[in-house]
Amino acid sequence: MEPVTEGTILAQDGDLKTQEYFVNMGPQHPSTHGVLRLVLGLDGEIITKVEPHIGYIHRSIEKMCEHDNYRQIVHLTDRMDYLSAHINNEAVCLAVENALEIEVSDRVKVIRTIFAELTRLASHQLWWGVMGMDLGALTTFLYAFRDREMINDIFEETCGARLTMNYNVPGGLMFDLHPNFQKRVKEFLVHFKSKLPEYDMLLSDNVIFRQRTEGVGVLSKEDAISFGVTGPTARGSGVSCDVRKLHPYSAYDRVEFKEILMADGDSFARYKARILEMWESISIVEQLLDNIPEGDILAPTKAVIKLPKGEFYQRVETARGELGVYVISDGGKSPYRLKFRSPGFSNLFVLEHIAKGAKIADLVAMMSTIDIVVPDIDR
Amino acid sequence: MDNEALKQKIAAWEPAAELVEEGSQFLNAIVTPPQLRALAEKLRYDEATRFDYMFCLSGVDFPEHLMVVYHLRSTTHQHEMVLKVKIEDKENPAVDTLCDIWRTAEFHEREVYDLFGIKFHKHPDLRRILLAEDWQGYPLRKDYVDPVNMISY
Amino acid sequence: MEESGYFDFSPIVNNIHESLAASFSPGWAMAIAWALIGITLILFAALSVIILVYVERKVAAFFQVRLGPMRVGPWGLLQTVADFIKLLMKEHITSRNADKFLFNLAPFIIVTAAFLGLGAIPFALGLHIFDINIGLFYITAVSSVGVLGILLGGWAGNNKYSLIGALRSGAQIVSYELSITLSLLAVVVLAGSLQLSEIIASQENGWWIFKGHISAWIAFVIFMIAGTAETNRGPFDLAEAESELTAGFHTEYSGIKFAMFFLAEYLSLFIIASVGATVFFGGWLPFHIGTWQAFNHIMDYIPPIVWFFGKVAGIIGIIMWFKWTFPRLRIDQLLILEWKYLLPINLFNLILVSFIALMGWYF
Repeated sequence: MEPVTEGTILAQDGDLKTQEYFVNMGPQHPSTHGVLRLVLGLDGEIITKVEPHIGYIHRSIEKMCEHDNYRQIVHLTDRMDYLSAHINNEAVCLAVENALEIEVSDRVKVIRTIFAELTRLASHQLWWGVMGMDLGALTTFLYAFRDREMINDIFEETCGARLTMNYNVPGGLMFDLHPNFQKRVKEFLVHFKSKLPEYDMLLSDNVIFRQRTEGVGVLSKEDAISFGVTGPTARGSGVSCDVRKLHPYSAYDRVEFKEILMADGDSFARYKARILEMWESISIVEQLLDNIPEGDILAPTKAVIKLPKGEFYQRVETARGELGVYVISDGGKSPYRLKFRSPGFSNLFVLEHIAKGAKIADLVAMMSTIDIVVPDIDR
Repeated sequence: MDNEALKQKIAAWEPAAELVEEGSQFLNAIVTPPQLRALAEKLRYDEATRFDYMFCLSGVDFPEHLMVVYHLRSTTHQHEMVLKVKIEDKENPAVDTLCDIWRTAEFHEREVYDLFGIKFHKHPDLRRILLAEDWQGYPLRKDYVDPVNMISY
Repeated sequence: MEESGYFDFSPIVNNIHESLAASFSPGWAMAIAWALIGITLILFAALSVIILVYVERKVAAFFQVRLGPMRVGPWGLLQTVADFIKLLMKEHITSRNADKFLFNLAPFIIVTAAFLGLGAIPFALGLHIFDINIGLFYITAVSSVGVLGILLGGWAGNNKYSLIGALRSGAQIVSYELSITLSLLAVVVLAGSLQLSEIIASQENGWWIFKGHISAWIAFVIFMIAGTAETNRGPFDLAEAESELTAGFHTEYSGIKFAMFFLAEYLSLFIIASVGATVFFGGWLPFHIGTWQAFNHIMDYIPPIVWFFGKVAGIIGIIMWFKWTFPRLRIDQLLILEWKYLLPINLFNLILVSFIALMGWYF
């Protein structure tokens, strides 16, 4: 830019010349949901450029995995997408089990699926609360937390932890279910099925909310695929990418559920996809809850797990999308290379594509509907 | 399209590609850097293959060579394969970017550059992504040593 | 008004005035009177803001299935006092490149504007600071001075978030000022006066919200929307918008200067609510139903000052309800709402109300 000195003509021919400016949104900002930094190029309130700067909580999990054994790696994955902690654990466990060809019992499969769906519900609840808060409706946050608390209590009762659960181990589960588990889950489902319509009443059917999300941040189906967007974010654009359907794992092949696909690809479609997905999760849990088969909760494994030489790729559907675990083993007790394909990483970078030309307030709506969890992006 | 048909297709397009199925659940096509881009374009845009979704891009540091692994999937034909590029030059590793073919590659390539030091020709914005701009070395290389922060076993 | 039989504050006020005039020279008497008014006003403002903040936190808490402040004092009653003391003792932080004079001036402008508005409000019969013949006009005029403080504060802090917040606020308040004035004008047309005591007197036989029927209702709904926007409260809190602009125009302020913005926000909330109560709900007048003498007499036993604060509390409650329910609007939607919907409706309503007044089609 030319320096402004005396005699510099700023306005010509009567038109007011404006200047673009840059704003650092984050790393400390209420709606970046963690330490994410977005460098925004702004023309007034209109966004001309979004450049995500990540890595503020990069903990080199992939490098640590190269030194840890497979049992330890499971515990590291809790710290990636902490809202889908159980599903992350499951991904590594499934990768190890498939590599060693361990057959886990039906009981383990069913319990894992129930836990995964409850985790997804808890994650979507938190997302809903935060989404409302980002748009200025502060009450949603506490409504969501009231309901999420019940799920956390259920988890706590069975495995002792509320967030980073470490319930899965290669070969099965750490403990059996708590005797109260089924009763508590049923109580929760009854409660939550009456509250989920309230979510719709408070936010989905609100005129202001509709105006703020409909037609905002439209992501076409082709772009979603090209950007590698997965999860409800992509399903809002009509991309069929549900790993639970495409590559069923655990007990997903024995339950009936719909893959939610929306056509519009805007923020509201992504929002609606998640709300409808909660109903599907409830239905999955209901289908499995009353017929948890008896069986061992832990298949016998060697004390030191060594994977055969080769490459293994395991996908699971977390609350945010497709989590891939790519293990290259040289036959040793720790992987030669382990790559986590985190859903958040791919989803985040679509932001610049959809946010151009929108306003700052829209950017916040888009970020919420992409549902980023920063530790998942940074790993 | 099953693996056999894919093999024939790839062999027709790029006879030098090494096609492996052992030790992996996918069909692996291993190529050298100069062959990568032409093959990737064919895989992406040919109607019979149409690998439009790259679901994983990883760098690997093997003792003799570096490797970039592209996991590809076709959302129309529902088939999957792995494209690997073997980079023998460990001192100055470089390969063509694929970020105009799959947009997601842009940021995954930045990550691979950041952690393995593999350069991607014609990449629009090749900078470190996770680490600080002034970081020395490439942490996911096997010979990387950080005397302060690294715990060795 | 004397024959109405309501408790009249004017003898008390006159007594104080006469005793002052008897003991001091006219100049001193005036000075002491003003000082007394000033001290009373400041105490009243501080007290009402402390209560309002507490109420807001409790209202928010009950909306959000929680209890709110419970630790300091019984039911957390002293929480706002503790917070206020904390704010008083906090460090004043001024960023290096801030325009220091304007940065320090802005909170004073905004607080002064809010205090000026209090001057014309009739709390009860005879209990007002001055009852000028353009009272309503005066209140709308001084309350819009506050935006100057927001603009200066946002600009002087040398923070881009503050600047965006300030400019949003500028656009918002300038627009909604129109609506609020036009909606009040509807009642002014019916009452035939801008003097607040006259407007109250005209509601002796029924509040304007009932007497003015359709047009008064339209005016009141618009008044509530525009009033919420005017006080920068949710869903119109674009100037603060903490999820977008961290804290908007007061991002850079700390300690007591931040508390001043806080004070001004709640004071202007109080003023908007009391203007609404005075204009639409008869100010301090009790609730009367036509010829139900017994009922009306029971209502008369409730003192006017209780009526006034009750009505104000009701309107504040509705505004708080808005804030804790609705998501925030976007700036363009905010302006569309004003210029494309509220303003035309308002202008139409003004014609309607003039017609009604001309034809005498009101009660």
